[in-house]
Amino acid sequence: MSERKKLDRRDFMRGAAAVAFTGATWAAVGEKTETKYWQLDPAKCTQCGRCTTHCVLTPSAVKCLNQFDICGYCDLCFGYLQPGSRNLDTGAENQLCPTAAIERKYIEAPYYEYKIHEDKCIGCAKCVKACLVFGNGSFYLQIRQDICINCNECSIAKSCPSDCFSEVPESNPYMFLTGDTHLAHPPA
Amino acid sequence: MRYVSALIALVAATAVQGARAIELKFAPPDFETEYAMPYLFTPAPAGSNTWWESLILFAALSLTTYMVFKARSRRGLFAISVFSLLFFGFYRKGCICPVGSTQNVMAAVFLPDVGVSWVVVSFFVMPLLFSLFFGRVFCASVCPLGAIQELVAIAPIRINPALERVLGLGKYMYLGLATLGVATGAGFLICRWDPFVGLYRMGHSYNMLIAGALMLLVGVFIARPYCRFLCPYGVLLGWMSRFSKFHLEIPPSPCVECRLCEDSCPYNAIDMPTPRHLVEDPAVGKKRTRLLVFLAPVFILLGAVGGYLFHEPLSHIHPTVSLSERIAKEDRGIIKGEVYLESDTFRKESKTAATLHAEALAVTEKFKTGSALFGAFLALIISIKLIELSVVKKRTIFEPHKETCFSCGRCYPYCPVEEGA
Ligand code: SF4
Ligand code: SF4
Ligand code: SF4
Ligand code: SF4
Ligand code: SF4
Repeated sequence: MSERKKLDRRDFMRGAAAVAFTGATWAAVGEKTETKYWQLDPAKCTQCGRCTTHCVLTPSAVKCLNQFDICGYCDLCFGYLQPGSRNLDTGAENQLCPTAAIERKYIEAPYYEYKIHEDKCIGCAKCVKACLVFGNGSFYLQIRQDICINCNECSIAKSCPSDCFSEVPESNPYMFLTGDTHLAHPPA
Repeated sequence: MRYVSALIALVAATAVQGARAIELKFAPPDFETEYAMPYLFTPAPAGSNTWWESLILFAALSLTTYMVFKARSRRGLFAISVFSLLFFGFYRKGCICPVGSTQNVMAAVFLPDVGVSWVVVSFFVMPLLFSLFFGRVFCASVCPLGAIQELVAIAPIRINPALERVLGLGKYMYLGLATLGVATGAGFLICRWDPFVGLYRMGHSYNMLIAGALMLLVGVFIARPYCRFLCPYGVLLGWMSRFSKFHLEIPPSPCVECRLCEDSCPYNAIDMPTPRHLVEDPAVGKKRTRLLVFLAPVFILLGAVGGYLFHEPLSHIHPTVSLSERIAKEDRGIIKGEVYLESDTFRKESKTAATLHAEALAVTEKFKTGSALFGAFLALIISIKLIELSVVKKRTIFEPHKETCFSCGRCYPYCPVEEGA
């Protein structure tokens, strides 16, 4: 009988412990539940190149994007052309991008559109650096959220020397250079 | 006209952001032809860590529980291990796993503006709750870190139980260190030093890949080295499992003490019947235990002091502190020549060395309390372990130790007692 009672009490304690533990965890964090995603701040990025090598994914989840509304559409795009190229054409030997991820398209004299093919881009930031030094700085890196697996602690975040990475809310998972995001989403 | 408005927007935006001023070296064009600027391709998050993954975790835990208790099938557990290795390991790239989720939860508890998704909370809570009722079924075949080690443990040898105990303290140390790391903002050490994630992701730093390979190599002979000596989440699981209502039992019906399972557990998790020579005069035992209990507070205090004395070296797990040290050394000419990206970048920024050192000092300050608590925690654990050792419980059968048994089922086939026999 007393054995029985002891068991009952133990069971009760165990149940209470389970409820208390779950409850306490929930009380501690419940209000803060929000899904966060990693993103890098292009304003801080120093184009060190680690985004290519330090993402757990190969190729990296970090891609370059061109913010068209600040792009100069220049004929002589430094982000596109290898310095010292003889001809301003689309020959592979003239391209700065190691994977030829940037497409150059004639729009109207003297403007060209530079579109980045994200499937080819490895996030090396070479074009970003050049565009920043000689051009408008419309190329910059972002984590592509549909590729990123949202690691517990982003491995680039830990190794980025400029401390660019932070967690952003699901509702606003990109950081644009200008804060002017009207071109970020097609109108619904 | 278009670019004027773009410029205005830009100026406004930069003012708000206050970061890098964007000077447009070339005016954005005013197109004459019909040209629509393309939209930026900014797809929504793919939804990693979604609810269905919680569901799969729950299903895997339930299935394991079934294999451990009802089917009593080592094969079944093995099969689930393979699934976990493929799904939680290779498919989900080992991230986020319940082991690492501990830090997310701690971060949400300790740090004011850090949140955590409920999926991650469920990853943290579920295995612990299962442990409270059924023992460490999570370790048996669901944990991606455990699964890979379980699968490579081909020729396990048993190590000396005393050595096992000493090395086993490593996991408490790791748990303490990980907590310290989260609380001081040094980062998620469990993830930083995860030995197997590099394999799952086919990438990662060289050092970690080598550490993982080594650990697996050792793991062929010394089964589950990470689980036994390092896993910080294993500490919590063990605590829960200690009080588990149901726990795996080696014989399905009363043990006949044939000793056949004696050497079956590669994890030293089987408690043997108390040997004769250990049965002692209860008065002597009680006296020793009382002394240990009495000394525990002194010991804990010593631990705190010891931890405090170590706060300086411990603070180097924080990147700010290690960078500050590096910069100081470079400035004093102790290190020269090598390129080091972190300090290189630092020197390109406008921050002065003095600011950095001040920041590092503030971090080190935080480590004072943290390290003292860390030391006290370790001393507390060691005291408890000693007291446990001192209390000799009379045991007459072979049974798994609830705290350290991984519920792996390796001992099942050794027991000749058939159900109902
Ligand atoms: S690691 Fe940081 S600084 Fe380097 S390229 Fe990536 S975001 Fe830029
Ligand atoms: S240069 Fe590098 S960052 Fe730029 S598009 Fe090519 S791969 Fe991407
Ligand atoms: S969170 Fe992980 S997958 Fe995403 S960019 Fe960072 S390291 Fe890559
Ligand atoms: S001890 Fe840790 S690593 Fe090993 S199976 Fe359990 S939770 Fe996983
Ligand atoms: S199930 Fe058996 S073999 Fe496996 S850890 Fe527990 S006691 Fe050891």
